[in-house]
Parts: sequence; structure tokens; C-alpha cells
Amino acid sequence: MANVTPVMRQGGEEFTVQGLTGVDLSLQIAGPGSRSYAFLIDWHIRLLMALAWLAVGMISASGGLRLQRGAGAWIVALVVGPPILIYLLYHPTVELMMRGQTPGKRMAGVRIVNREGGPPGVGAILVRNAFRLIDSMPVFYLVGLVSTFVTDQRLRIGDMAAGTLLIQSDTETSRTMDRLASRSNVQGLEPAALDLIDQLLERWHQMDRDRRGAIARSLLQRIDLNPPQALAEMGDAELRARLLAVSGSGEPRQ
Amino acid sequence: MNAVRAWVAMRAAGWSELRQNIADLRQHRRLTIDAALQSVESYRSLARDLASARHLLPGTRVTAGLESLYAQLHEMIRHKPHGGRAAWLTMFRSEIPQIVTGLRGRITWITVLLVLSAAAGWWLITEFPELITLIASEQMIQKVEGGKLWTDDLLNITPSSLLSVRIFSNNIAVSVFAVCAGFLFGLGTFYIIATNGLMLGGIFAFTHQHGMATRLFEFIVAHGLVELSVICIAGAIGAAIGDSLIRPTHGTRRESFQQCMQGVGPLILLCAFLLIGAGLIEGFVSPDPTFPMISRVVIGVSYWVLMVMALNGRLFGRAQR
Repeated sequence: MANVTPVMRQGGEEFTVQGLTGVDLSLQIAGPGSRSYAFLIDWHIRLLMALAWLAVGMISASGGLRLQRGAGAWIVALVVGPPILIYLLYHPTVELMMRGQTPGKRMAGVRIVNREGGPPGVGAILVRNAFRLIDSMPVFYLVGLVSTFVTDQRLRIGDMAAGTLLIQSDTETSRTMDRLASRSNVQGLEPAALDLIDQLLERWHQMDRDRRGAIARSLLQRIDLNPPQALAEMGDAELRARLLAVSGSGEPRQ
Repeated sequence: MNAVRAWVAMRAAGWSELRQNIADLRQHRRLTIDAALQSVESYRSLARDLASARHLLPGTRVTAGLESLYAQLHEMIRHKPHGGRAAWLTMFRSEIPQIVTGLRGRITWITVLLVLSAAAGWWLITEFPELITLIASEQMIQKVEGGKLWTDDLLNITPSSLLSVRIFSNNIAVSVFAVCAGFLFGLGTFYIIATNGLMLGGIFAFTHQHGMATRLFEFIVAHGLVELSVICIAGAIGAAIGDSLIRPTHGTRRESFQQCMQGVGPLILLCAFLLIGAGLIEGFVSPDPTFPMISRVVIGVSYWVLMVMALNGRLFGRAQR
């Protein structure tokens, strides 16, 4: 615990932990939106799993299984028990197995960490999930939701109890490294310019044609040798091809 | 700026390789010593690069990417080793007994509260029998007045296995709620324990008025000793939470609350296991009329002794001092 210095920066959206090397570690805190998104996905997954088991169990039980006398009670327990267990134990079990993530959290790009920036332990996960009882009160996780709005680190009561927080996983930006490596021979561009081109290419298809054309021309004007007249005559596809060429990257991921 | 470009170009391949290595290492549950040492070395090197990038390229994707890699490596290095069986044994042999020792005073007080509430419930229903409508359903009252306990035909209605699942799920939820309700400055826990006590005493008084208290005791004794004890333990954790908020031991109430909650997770887990056992007894033994009183008492007391041994770690091989 001695090496942990939580410091709030940028309006409470970032949590800083002192790294083991003395260089701080900045963790982006996940807001109520990411949290709710992850929860909704997980809620549907566990509901579907529980219902699937229930359905299969009921079909099997009513499908003429020849049971020994007294086995009926056990069949009922086998049909009803696991769905209850799935519903109750989904979060703690999956969070333990996936080191602070669940399928929903992974899809929402968030994960749970302890206040040292590491994955939470068994005890922390149990406590965090036990407090869902309070967070889910009175309906629709209202207490937890209000708590994430009013606390500076976007914590629900379970997080406060367990000493955990939900952060952005941010696996996207680490892929920047691959792209940088693949074009490390491009010496003509500033890293900041490459950043802008990357961002523009990533959002190319979501942007309005005129808007992306204007931004592309403005960028190319600053870094390319093409005269403004030539840039003005370039079509949408040509501008995109030119951006790909000057940045030395392949087809960007969408 | 040329120097920065050259630096990024020179280091980029290494960062990309490191990203791939981290992805590979995450797939493996066990690392070799060389791989672990290499990770630590990479962490150091990355820290230097990140510090430079923050200074030279603030707000760029290069810096963001390095931040992300650094966080992933930090998480891997901070990850506690999987202790396997040894870690579970340590938890049951040392951690849980330590927590229970720390809670001993509160467990006593919560038990006193439960007993006093039960006595109050008994007195209330004895003095004002009409108040039974507040704590028992119309159906229960009619059955008792008709000379039967509501538990008499339980097995004819629901199979034991299903009954057990329903009972232990409900009991676990009540116990966890008794813990969590401590968050309301201990008041939630206080009300839950007091209400449970009042209901228990009131129901016993009501059945006593109709000459069936012994039969109710016969139904309860096999599972009730552990069930009530676990509720008292849960109440004690809730009381500790309330105390940590009323009289914070740290700079802020949140820190005090967190400190209080540290380590109680394993105890909650053990309580859940104990309640599953109690639920099975309540589903299979308690409603079954073929079990005589003596065997019910033996089962109840034995399970309670087992619970005490689990709480002080001796059940899991902790040496006696």
C-alpha cells in the first residue's frame, strides 16, 4: 500500500497510481455510461443462460425421462437450482476467471482494478458483488447509479466497500504501436500529424463527405508537396488514397 | 523535432513487439522465471519511454499507447500469484479466524440484541395476542389455530431439494443484506436483527399459546442453531461497517469503510457455505416427521460445533494454541 498515491486529475476522470518505477500510472475512470452498458450486456447474458438451462431442463424433465422413484425431486432441483446459481454467481465467478472483466465489461471496454492498479482479489470481488443488494435498491440500480454520478471516482457502493474502481481498458490505443512500427520508415511527418491522419482515416466513413474532404485537404496542404489547386481537384477516393500514402499506413481498422 | 521523430521511429518496433509479448503472456497462467524477469525489465524500459513521451509528445496517440502498455504491464506485475490449494487453506486457517476474533465483541452484542428482541416479541404476543397479525400471515394463523404447524405438510407441497435451494438462497440473501445494511450507519443491520428477533419470539409465543412451541422447536433445532448464528455473524459485520462510518478510523469515512471491509469477503463466503448446509438440513431433515427429536438435536448441535470449528480454523487443520 505504501507506493499508492491516488491523485485526481482532469476533473476526476483520471486516477493516478504511483508505478513501481516511480513513473505514475494514469488510469481512465469509466463513467456511468460505460458501466451501465457493460451491466446491460451481462444482465442479458446471465438471463439467457439461466433461461436456456431452465428451458432445456423443463423439456428434458417433461420429455418422458424414465425416473426412478424419488428422483423427481432431484430433477426439479437440477432444473431450478442452476439457473438461480447462474443468476447469483455469474458476476463473481466470471470476474474472478477473467481478472476483473466479464463479457459485458470487455465489450464495453472497461475492467475492475484495485487501488494499486492490479486485478482485484477474491475477497474484493465477493464484497463488491455482495453490495449489489444495496446498489440495486430500490429499482434499476438507482442507488448505484446515483452514487456513480456524485462520487469523484464514479464509484458505486460496492466499489467503495471493496476498494475497487472501474477503468477503461483502452486496448485500442496500444494498437497504435503496431501502426507506428509498420511505418517507422516514414520520416517526413511529425507524430502529431500522423495522429491526426490516423484519426481522420478511422472516422472516414462516419463523416460527411464534404467535411472529411475539407479536413483532408487542409491536412495535406500542410504536409504534402501537392499544390492547393491539385488538392482542390482531388476526389474523395483520391484524397483518402493520398492520406494513406503519406502516412505510410495500410488500410486502417474501422 | 527531428530528434523526436527519430526516437519514435527507433522505438516503435520495440513497442509493437512488447504489445505482442504482453498479449502472449496474458494467455499463459504460469510464466517462466525468464519471462517474468523480462517483463520487469520491459516495465522499467517502458516507464522511461513513457516519461519521455509525456514530456515530448503530450496528448498524442503515441503517449496514449504507451500509457496503455504501461498499465497492462503494471497490472501483470501487480497480479498476485495463484496460490491454489495453499491460498484457500491460508484463507480458512488464518484469515477467517482472524476476522472472527476481531468481530467477537460485536457478535456477542448482536446475539444479545437478537435474544432481547426475541424476548420482546414473546412478551408482546403474550400480552397482546392480536398483534400476531403483524408478524404472521393469515394462513399461518389459521393453521396454528386449527392445531397444525404451517411446516407440517411442507414436504407434500414442495420436494426437499427444491425447498433447500429456495431456503438457502433466501437465507444467503438475508445475511448478505444484513451485512450491506450496515452501510446505513449500522441502523439497517440493527433493524434487520431486531425484526428477526421480534418475529422469532412472537411466533414462538403464538405457538406456545396453542401448545405447539415444542413442535416448532423440534422443527427449528436441526438447522436453526447455525442459521441464527450466521445471521448474528452477518449482523456483526454490518455493525462493524456502521461503526466505521459513525466513528471513522481513517481520514475520510470512505477510507474507514474500505478498511473495515478489507478481508471480510472470505467470511461472507464461509457464511454462505454454512447457510447452504443449513438449507439442506431445513429441506431434508426439519420437515421430515420420521426424524425423532433426539436426532434433530444431535444434528443441530453437531452442525453448530462444526461451524465453530470452521470459524476458528480447526476444521481446516489450524493448530490449537
